[in-house]
Amino acid sequence: MTETFAHLSNNAMYSATIVYALAMLAHVAEWALARDLAGAPVLAQQRPALVPASAAEDAPFTARAQPPTGAGETEDSDEAIERSDRYGRIGLSLTVLGLLIHTAGVLTRGLAADRVPWGSMYEFAITGSLAVSAAYVVLVRRYSIRWLGLLVTGFLVTVLGLAVIVLYRPVGPLVPALHSYWLVIHVSAAAIAGGAFTIGALASVLYLLRNRLEVKAAARPDLPRRGFLWRTPPATTIDRVAYRVHAFAFPLWTFAVLAGAIWAEYAWGRFWGWDPKEVWAFITWVAYAAYLHARATAGWQGRAAAYVALLGFATFIFNFVGINMFGSGLHAYSGM
Amino acid sequence: MSRSSDTEAAPRAPAGEPERSTTAPALRPTEFLRWTWRQLTSMRTALILLFLLAVAAIPGSLIPQTRVDPSAVFAFKDRHPQLTPLFERIGMFEVYSSVWFSAIYLLLMLSLVGCIIPRLRVYVKAFGARPPHAPRNLARLSAYESWATDESPRQVAERARVLLTRQRRRVDVHDSDGSAVVSAEKGYLREAGNLLFHLAVLVVLVGVALTGLYGFKGKAAVISGDGFSNTLIQYDDFTPGARFNPSDLAPFTFTVDDFHVKWKRNGAGAGTPLTFDADLSVTDRPGDPVHPYHLQVNHPLVVDGTSVFLIGHGYAPKVTVRDGDGKVAFSGPVIFLPQDGSFVSYGVVKAPDAAPQQLGFEGYFFPTASLCGGAPCSTFPDADNPVLSLIGYRGDLGLDGPQSVYVLDKDKLKPFTTPGGRPRALLLREGERVSLGKGQGTISFDGYDRFVQLSISRQPGKIVPLVGVLAAIVGLLGSLFVRPRRTWVRAITVDGRTVVEVAALDRVTGGDPAAHVDVVAAALRTQGHDTSEDRKDGRQ
Ligand code: HEM
Repeated sequence: MTETFAHLSNNAMYSATIVYALAMLAHVAEWALARDLAGAPVLAQQRPALVPASAAEDAPFTARAQPPTGAGETEDSDEAIERSDRYGRIGLSLTVLGLLIHTAGVLTRGLAADRVPWGSMYEFAITGSLAVSAAYVVLVRRYSIRWLGLLVTGFLVTVLGLAVIVLYRPVGPLVPALHSYWLVIHVSAAAIAGGAFTIGALASVLYLLRNRLEVKAAARPDLPRRGFLWRTPPATTIDRVAYRVHAFAFPLWTFAVLAGAIWAEYAWGRFWGWDPKEVWAFITWVAYAAYLHARATAGWQGRAAAYVALLGFATFIFNFVGINMFGSGLHAYSGM
Repeated sequence: MSRSSDTEAAPRAPAGEPERSTTAPALRPTEFLRWTWRQLTSMRTALILLFLLAVAAIPGSLIPQTRVDPSAVFAFKDRHPQLTPLFERIGMFEVYSSVWFSAIYLLLMLSLVGCIIPRLRVYVKAFGARPPHAPRNLARLSAYESWATDESPRQVAERARVLLTRQRRRVDVHDSDGSAVVSAEKGYLREAGNLLFHLAVLVVLVGVALTGLYGFKGKAAVISGDGFSNTLIQYDDFTPGARFNPSDLAPFTFTVDDFHVKWKRNGAGAGTPLTFDADLSVTDRPGDPVHPYHLQVNHPLVVDGTSVFLIGHGYAPKVTVRDGDGKVAFSGPVIFLPQDGSFVSYGVVKAPDAAPQQLGFEGYFFPTASLCGGAPCSTFPDADNPVLSLIGYRGDLGLDGPQSVYVLDKDKLKPFTTPGGRPRALLLREGERVSLGKGQGTISFDGYDRFVQLSISRQPGKIVPLVGVLAAIVGLLGSLFVRPRRTWVRAITVDGRTVVEVAALDRVTGGDPAAHVDVVAAALRTQGHDTSEDRKDGRQ
């Protein structure tokens, strides 16, 4: 049975990587075909009917009708708009398909190992990226963030590609320190928070791009406003999405760190021992607290706050990659 | 935003001349103190201190820390003799208790207190406050809509009141001739959540400090079959809090009756320990009955608030040392500390009673010995082919002063050498005995025991930081998900018709007041009494 499941899991992970890659190509086509399109609120129509009416007040992160004010605007043909949009829809459908296969891959990996699939770098990578993919699909439904499609699929392809090619390890046992249900609580909270942090970071990147575009356009109103970036929501809207995602992730991360501390108390007899992994979890926490502060501090809103968020994400990734690979300490069980 | 700009403006308020006050020679001491305090408790300082704290935490994750891994610190000092004095002086091996790290977090705490107290005062004063009156010019707000209708101002106001009340807002109606204004506000819990969060952070910091102050942490290695009694001398490593009193040690004892470890033998992950656990016989207090305890990873033994954790294990090879006279100078198991996952273990054997000279040995234990590229190594962590590789010394062990059992002081020792004059490696399989040289004595490797590595600690009041973190999370949820918003609906009769204005103002960023105004306006525009929520999408 173990062999069968392990085999299934490997095939699913390869397939998911390929499907995400196709989704990414579709989004590339979406961007490319929008090269000559004027900024317009097409994306506003994408709010799915699934959003309950009561959520509508919270949800409209779609571009509100934004008059295309740039010079030389001409009406784009519906056909040209539809062509770009169609590839966007294909990209999203493929991402959802990829998510399903990805989920199957993680589940069968867990069945093969007869435990939660969180025992090695490879398993952390496939589970963590699953959280990213799921967070994206949920948020597309809630906040219509399909404009993040290219960045998200690009991220997923990179992480899964590295996981499958570089990090892969056959199914192995868990070391005794990991035999604890706190592992399940701690890691699932951390993974979900990580998925949201990733979406938040990608949204912050897009915010910075779009914001730069808007600043430039304000200085040169005569330039045409064409291309995919002009078809995303205004920078302030993207910033708001980024904030909400971060605001969701931060308490969850706080909880994940707390669960880790309680588990450490059971396993090693101390809540907090400044082990490298703990240090970086703390640094990430402080960095995101600084992000939330920056958003409320005069002179730090906007771009500066977005950079702080990206800094927080960098510390999060470093904890996963840097400390697991080069670090020592009690947490060095990641089977690299 | 709103609050932050208040906070930012604060330091400038007293002097009124921010530029000059920075240079400060004219300030009287009290003014200077007040200025400093305002700076310290400003939002920007808090932000900078948070950054500093994050940066200051980094070196401790890259440079080995005495509290985390003392042997790694020794190794580091060995490798970097030039850096060591500097690092020692600036506390690089104890970053998290160093002066500079403490300074940053004490400043942050001070800033936190200075930040919370005034806000707490404002919050208490404003408790139960009514929604503020509408600004004179609603159209100036960015979230604004206006239209004309045939309903009377009073009718519009009444419908607005019902609608806004149903949305769980505090609502006031001001009604006068020909005009009616509805003011609504919600999100009072946000500030409460935010205050709770920051207070809870304080509780956590203070709680952790107190727990450390009155508690202790220690490590002990106990050989399977041996006993442990909870007294200072039985610890290999003991870190008391500043207020800890050794007589507070709970007087329990236990023996390690048996120890089991199971390894994954083949397939992926071979050599990983699957489980390890120990059977203990515990006596809580002298005279109490003995009870058994099955000690496992993640399942500590708790006696009178002191917890005993199983954190590791290793080998204790049994050796017998005979001196030149053939007398047994030492016999028994000796703890060898595992160096890595293959359980190659390092240890020291001391035979102070040997005559004519004291004897000492230092070397490695290989549980499954093999040759890897010419050097001895262990290919599996279980003891399939145990081999002991030692170098022997004679002379003075230097035992007059205190000395670690894991270190051989070689200052006054001379190694046994090969005819070529190099230190001679003594290779012993289980059951073998080798001679150190004619009339010098022998050493034999009689077998091995296993030992358990225990971490023993007491953290009185550890519930305080726990409750603190939970309160922090609750506060955070309130602080991040409650979005205070003020809404105004004004209806005025103009030329026989009623002009209705709706406007909203958020007190924090991240919300979308315009969408809210859309919803309210859409509901009020529809004639009749249909103000229910499902009309919200009317604007689309
Ligand atoms: C240990 C230090 C601190 C930590 C970990 C921390 C953390 C946080 C976090 C996570 C938030 C976000 C919650 C929210 O947006 O409402 C926040 C908000 C806030 N913090 Fe702190 N904080 C600290 C110190 C301080 C200090 C010293 C001040 C005083 C200047 C302060 C003032 C504020 C204010 C005014 C907000 C609300 C911001 C807003 O309106 O969005 N904090 N803090």
